[in-house]
Amino acid sequence: MFGYVTRRVLSAIPIALIAVTACFFILRLAPGGPFDGERALPPTTLANLRAHYNLDLPLIQQYFIYVGRLLQGDFGPSMVYNDFTVAEMLWIGLPFTLMLGFSAFVIGTIVGLVAGALSAVNQNKWPDYVLVLLVMVGLVVPNFLMAAIMQLVFGVYLDWFPAGGWQAGSIPHLVLPITVLVLPHAGRTARLMRGSMIEVLGTNYVRTARSKGLGTRLILARHAIKPALLPVVSYLGPGLSYLLTGSLVVEQVFALPGIGKYFISAALNRDYGLVLGTTILYMFIILAVNLIVDVLYAWLDPKVRYR
Amino acid sequence: MKQVLKVEDMSVTFELHQSEVHAVRDMSFSLSEGETLAVVGESGSGKSQAFLAIMGLLAKNGRAGGRAMMGDINLIGMAPSQLDTHRGKDIAMIFQDPMTSLNPTLKVKTQLSEVLVKHRGFDQQKAVMTSIEMLERVGIPEPVKRANAYPHELSGGMRQRVMIAMALLCQPKILIADEPTTALDVTVQAQMLDLFKTLTQDFGTSLVLITHDLGVVAGVADRMMVMYGGRAVEKGSVDDLFYDPRHPYTLGLLHSTPHIAKRAERLDPIQGLPPSLEHLPKGCSFNPRCAFAFDRCLVERPPLADTGNGREKACHYEGPMAYGKVA
Repeated sequence: MFGYVTRRVLSAIPIALIAVTACFFILRLAPGGPFDGERALPPTTLANLRAHYNLDLPLIQQYFIYVGRLLQGDFGPSMVYNDFTVAEMLWIGLPFTLMLGFSAFVIGTIVGLVAGALSAVNQNKWPDYVLVLLVMVGLVVPNFLMAAIMQLVFGVYLDWFPAGGWQAGSIPHLVLPITVLVLPHAGRTARLMRGSMIEVLGTNYVRTARSKGLGTRLILARHAIKPALLPVVSYLGPGLSYLLTGSLVVEQVFALPGIGKYFISAALNRDYGLVLGTTILYMFIILAVNLIVDVLYAWLDPKVRYR
Repeated sequence: MKQVLKVEDMSVTFELHQSEVHAVRDMSFSLSEGETLAVVGESGSGKSQAFLAIMGLLAKNGRAGGRAMMGDINLIGMAPSQLDTHRGKDIAMIFQDPMTSLNPTLKVKTQLSEVLVKHRGFDQQKAVMTSIEMLERVGIPEPVKRANAYPHELSGGMRQRVMIAMALLCQPKILIADEPTTALDVTVQAQMLDLFKTLTQDFGTSLVLITHDLGVVAGVADRMMVMYGGRAVEKGSVDDLFYDPRHPYTLGLLHSTPHIAKRAERLDPIQGLPPSLEHLPKGCSFNPRCAFAFDRCLVERPPLADTGNGREKACHYEGPMAYGKVA
């Protein structure tokens, strides 16, 4: 197992390099640059700025300079917020974004698993119908729309929670944004869990367990849940990436101090350094989560053994 | 002999979207202590469903009627929680496919020991010890190693031995084996049947052997019940039915079995196909395929009637049955 993990970590290096390369060049394909504004800068100033950020060099040379710095842990300067380096910007916003994303991930996964399992056990009875309906709503309503509805209903009409903004340590401010993030994630998880649980409950080995007189609870807890989790677990990696990217939008709608605000304005302003820095950091988080998922897989399915 | 199971007028019905299917009708039989009863029939004759019903393992859309008395208790219609105090303890079942009947995510010892923890109240350690002893008893070499293995690490024959060990852990009064050798290769089949014979004798367990393999019946069973279209059509001792079959269907089954001593170019199958349970023929269900059928068979269903000497059959035909006539 240790050897496997080591090899997986090593194999992440070429993946990361490919991703960095792709991001770097795709970003440059977009028209415009960080210093194109409504008011054109004087040509000498523009030239000086471009030279300062190496933008006047050939693209391939810029790429090697960027990768060279990155390997030393330097994300470079922000080209728009010129008082900050990218690393500083990430450090300001990212902890909040990650907190939001991971809270939604944990809550959504648990809610989804429980809802899916309940649905499956009560297949084609009313609790199942209600849950399937809720899941569909969570799945099909896009997060920016759901965010607006939540703000309107629970923030304005009912006035239960603040409709936006942030005070350090205030849980009520987090309820609506986390709910908006949880709904689609819980929905997808629940749908997968319901399907795989129904399948497992119909297997021969669950019938064997019933023939042993084990009782419903023990059968569910010991015989059904572990195999039913398999397809759900493989979804969790991509699921987390949906959540983290979704949280960028949700932060913006709820005016929360995460990385979302900077990321979106950075993309619009072509702040190359900040966009790349955020993307690369996300990539590492997702690579790490996928590794954890694969290790979990081995624990759930004894047929999967890593050497 | 003491009767351990007495089934009376049992029926099994499945509700489909538009219709109902009667998988088993008017089934009655009894099982004596230490006896081996073979239940024989084609696929779809209702033989498996009848016993799944007794175990309370029917699919969700299935309903069972009638009585299955184990002593004073009726297993049919019993609440699942109450049934769980008997299943695995007094009555156990082994299934056809050992490859899928064991949980792939749990170690063998977990799947065995939980039976003892549940029904005998053993603590985990004692339950595992007893399970390992039982694995040894069903002829598994290196039982400690196997107990710590996962099912996919064992061969098919080995897994079926694990299933047998699991079923016999509480020394049940009744063991139902649903085609236990079908999925195994022939040499393993023979070992498995020997094992059944020895163990049921040792434990005084009554065995119900559901099969379509008459070779298996001849080797192990005391009595047999032949089923067709959801009903029992002939019952009696194995010797009587093998040497003097009185129902044309029994005769057909015997003649469609290959014999090593008989030189034959082709097998002699029963003509036609098993009937659909949704559209059983009028009169005797077997009449479209029966060489001895006459007008009465087309309109009146023959009841299962006692023909003396512990035999029963459901057939109007009373004359001699020379086999050539069927084909």
